[in-house]
Amino acid sequence: MRSEVVLRVVGKLLIPFMLLFALYVQFHGDFGPGGGFQAGVITAAALIFYGLIFGLPAARRVAPDWLVESLVALGVAIYLGVGFAGLALGGNFLDYFVLDPNPVEGQHRGIFWVEVGVLVTVTGVMLKIFYMFAGRSRSGGPDQ
Amino acid sequence: MMAALTIAMVMQRNLFSVVVLSGVYSFLMATVLVALDAVDVAMTEASVGAGISTVLLLGALYLCGGEEAKPLRRPFVPFAVAIVIVAALVYGTFGLPAFSDPQAPFHTHVVPRYLNDGPKETGVPNVVTAVLASYRGFDTLGEVVVVFTAGIGVIALLRTPRRRRGKEKRE
Amino acid sequence: MTFAGHYTYWMTVVLMVGGLYIVIARGNLVKKLIGLAIFQTSVYLLYIAPGKLIGGTAPIVSEAFKVYSNPLPHVLILTAIVVGVATLALGLAIAVRIREAYGSIEEDEILAVNGSDEDRA
Repeated sequence: MRSEVVLRVVGKLLIPFMLLFALYVQFHGDFGPGGGFQAGVITAAALIFYGLIFGLPAARRVAPDWLVESLVALGVAIYLGVGFAGLALGGNFLDYFVLDPNPVEGQHRGIFWVEVGVLVTVTGVMLKIFYMFAGRSRSGGPDQ
Repeated sequence: MMAALTIAMVMQRNLFSVVVLSGVYSFLMATVLVALDAVDVAMTEASVGAGISTVLLLGALYLCGGEEAKPLRRPFVPFAVAIVIVAALVYGTFGLPAFSDPQAPFHTHVVPRYLNDGPKETGVPNVVTAVLASYRGFDTLGEVVVVFTAGIGVIALLRTPRRRRGKEKRE
Repeated sequence: MTFAGHYTYWMTVVLMVGGLYIVIARGNLVKKLIGLAIFQTSVYLLYIAPGKLIGGTAPIVSEAFKVYSNPLPHVLILTAIVVGVATLALGLAIAVRIREAYGSIEEDEILAVNGSDEDRA
């Protein structure tokens, strides 16, 4: 019983820092190591950590199934949206330099939104896979 | 040390310890990658290999059972195949350029353009992010689609069909 | 062809063959997947090791450094790592389903159950 209290307290302290670190890695990926994939995995790890300590139903309340499934598709949609925006504004598919009058700013904008798309999809997929594995009982049906 | 870890993983039959050893292996690989100046790759390998992979393996292990059965036949043929492959690959490595040779074609073909023009054209100092998101953006699109497909595949495989639950309720 | 010049490649070969041996010589499905993961990480090492320049630094352009290690394999391997974990997740899902359908994840036992089913059908 005592070890459970330690886990809960440490979890409550660490999980906000993990989420903050994920955001830092995402947005600082231009100037240091990082980027969409690492940030997505760290976000999913923070939520999995919450699910491991407080139980799967609590994690499902924080990130319900419909939200996670829409995140999975939303990231790919954002990426394709950036590609089609390049097409609509006069360049080829996935051209970034047409997104802004200053081509370097256009590159910046394109890279930013593309990384956001990657973050969203990777978080959604990792979390969804964890839900599927952890929510299944040994006899084959859903965990009751 | 990584070679010793690999051999330990081959010999171990308790799958839980194999999973823990694979987490250690991922962390060691991330350290080696930092020593080779691949900081982005090291961060990804550490978070993906030691984090997500271990969680997924433990989840699958809970559902599948944690001991590996003793092999029925002595594995002579696979061992001989492994030795032959080692010999062939080591013979092949003699044709590779020496470690850290700046004149190797690896370093002079297209990379100078990325290193020189990347920060100027994209405004992003991290060349790996610039190449990943801008110069080779199509590959990253393919990768996001692969991750998406893996998520959909796991949902399709591990979903409980609604028809069966409806039938049970009626009976 | 010095020893120090090729040590990294030989370690890569050892890891590669270790992973391959687990895949072909062991019957447990989950262990085979772990062997596949070891094989994949050895390939990452094979790609990144030639990119390192002694005296260089990580490929983040700044004023203080002149020599950078090659960034191209970093990009390719980043994609490869994520694809690898996707493969692992799908493989584990299939292993879980095989376990539910056949009752075991040992190759010999699965083939025995399959063979007796075919004899009856």
